[in-house]
Amino acid sequence: MSGFTRRALIGSAAGASGLAAAKLAGSYGLIPPDGGGIWGPGETLTYAAQRVLGRDALAREFRKDQISQPSYANGKPPKDEAYLRSQAAGFADWRLTVDGMVDRPAEFSVADLKTHPSSSQITHLACEEGWSFIAEWTGIPLSRVLELVGASAQAKYVVYRSIQPRWWDSVDMADALHPQTLIAYGMNGGDLPDRHGGPLRVRVPRQLGYKSVKYVTRLTVTDSVDGFGKGKGSFAAERGYAWYNGI
Amino acid sequence: MLAKHMAASTANLTAGNTAAAVVPRHAGVVRATHWIAAGCLFALLLSGVEILISHPRFYWGETGNVQMEPLFTLPIPASRGSVPTGYGFVLKDQNGWSRSLHFQSAWLLVFTGALYAAFGLVARHFRRNLLPSGGWSRMAADDPWSYNSLQRIAYSGVVFCLVPLMIWTGLAMSPGFVAAFPFTVTVLGGQQSARTIHFFATVLLVLFVVAHVTMVWRAGFTERVRAMITGRMTRKEDA
Repeated sequence: MSGFTRRALIGSAAGASGLAAAKLAGSYGLIPPDGGGIWGPGETLTYAAQRVLGRDALAREFRKDQISQPSYANGKPPKDEAYLRSQAAGFADWRLTVDGMVDRPAEFSVADLKTHPSSSQITHLACEEGWSFIAEWTGIPLSRVLELVGASAQAKYVVYRSIQPRWWDSVDMADALHPQTLIAYGMNGGDLPDRHGGPLRVRVPRQLGYKSVKYVTRLTVTDSVDGFGKGKGSFAAERGYAWYNGI
Repeated sequence: MLAKHMAASTANLTAGNTAAAVVPRHAGVVRATHWIAAGCLFALLLSGVEILISHPRFYWGETGNVQMEPLFTLPIPASRGSVPTGYGFVLKDQNGWSRSLHFQSAWLLVFTGALYAAFGLVARHFRRNLLPSGGWSRMAADDPWSYNSLQRIAYSGVVFCLVPLMIWTGLAMSPGFVAAFPFTVTVLGGQQSARTIHFFATVLLVLFVVAHVTMVWRAGFTERVRAMITGRMTRKEDA
C-alpha cells in the first residue's frame, strides 16, 4: 500500500470516527449550545468529558477558617435605575419570575424564597482571569425552585437573566438539578452584599465565576436555547467566552 | 509501520562506509506527532500568555486575588483594570478566544501524545531512542546519530514529566474536573498553587524549546529539520 493511499485511509478513518463520535455525543446531549464553529471540537470535548466523568460530582467544600477575609468582590453594583429603586426599598419588591416549561409559573420575593429550607456551602469561586476566593453561600437550591413550579421532565436548560439587561446565561439540567447549585441570598452569614450580586445571585460552584450571574430576576425552563439571544446559551458565549466553563 | 521502523533502525546501524548515503532517520509517527505537538505548544504558549496577562500575579494555596499578598508579580501590564500593575494603561481583553484556543490545543496535544505514547511503547521508540542508556558523550562508536545521555534525559524529562505535569496542573485549575477528582488539586496545595506550578512548568518547557532549537541549529538546522519532515537524512561524515 503506498504512503498516499495509507494517508488517505487514515484521514478518512479519522474523519469518519470524528463524525460518528459527534453523532453519538449529540444523541446523549453532550454537545454544548456553542458547540459549533472553530472552537466547537474543544468546547464539546471538555463539556462531554466532564459530563461523562463527573456529572454528579460535588464541588469541594472548605472549612469556615478557610473563608477569604475580606472577601473579594469583582466589579461594582449596577447603576440601573430599577436596581437602585429596589435597593432603596430594601429589595422588598424584588421578584424572581419563573416561567417556560413549568406547570405553575410563579413569582417569588426574596422573603418567599427564605421560607423554604436553606442550603449553605463553603466553596471556591474562581474567575477565568485567574483570581479566586472562598466564601460561604446560602440560598435555596435551584432544584427546589424547579420542583415548586413543576418543571417539565423534557427540560434541557434553565436560562437565567439579570436586572442588568445584557447579562443572561443558562445551565444544563446536570447543573440545574445539582444539589450545590443555588439561588443564593446570603453570604458569610449575612445578606448577600450588593457587590456580590445581592439580593439574588445564581451560584454554580462547579463552573467559573462568570456562570454565577448576579442580580437575577428571571428563570426560564426550556428544552432549547435557540430562541434566546443568538442561540449560543449565554451572553458570554456571544462575546466569545465558552458557554460551559467547568474548566 | 513497525516493520518499517525496525528496518530504519537496522539501516542506521549497518549503513557505515558510504561517503554520502541517504538513510532513514525518524519514523512517520514520530515526525507527525513532533510537528503537531510543536504547533500545539506554540498555540498553548500564545494563548497562555494572553490568559496570564489578565492577572499577572501568582499566589500559593487555594485562593488569590488583588486583596491578598501575592507570591510574586510579573512586571507587565494587565488586560484588566482591576489589577494594580503600575502601568497607566490596560491591554485589550483577549481571554475568550485565548481560552478556547488553549483548551482545544490541549485536547489535540493529549490525543497526539496518546498516539505517540502507544507508538513509543509498541515500536520500542522510548527504549531505543529516549530512555537513558550508554555514556554521556555521543556514542560515536556505534552510531553518531543516536542521542547521548544528556539528550535522552532532556527528551525523557519533557515527554514523561514536564508535559504530564502541565496537563495535571492545568486540570487542577478546572472546577469541574476537581469536583470529580479532588485529590488532583489538594496534593498540589490548592488551585492557586496549581496555577503557579503551571507557570513554572511553562518556563521550563520554553527553556527546553530554546535549548532544543539551539542544538538543532548547531548540529545543522536545514538537514535536521528536513530529517524531521521527510524522515530521511544524508550522512556525510561517516567514514
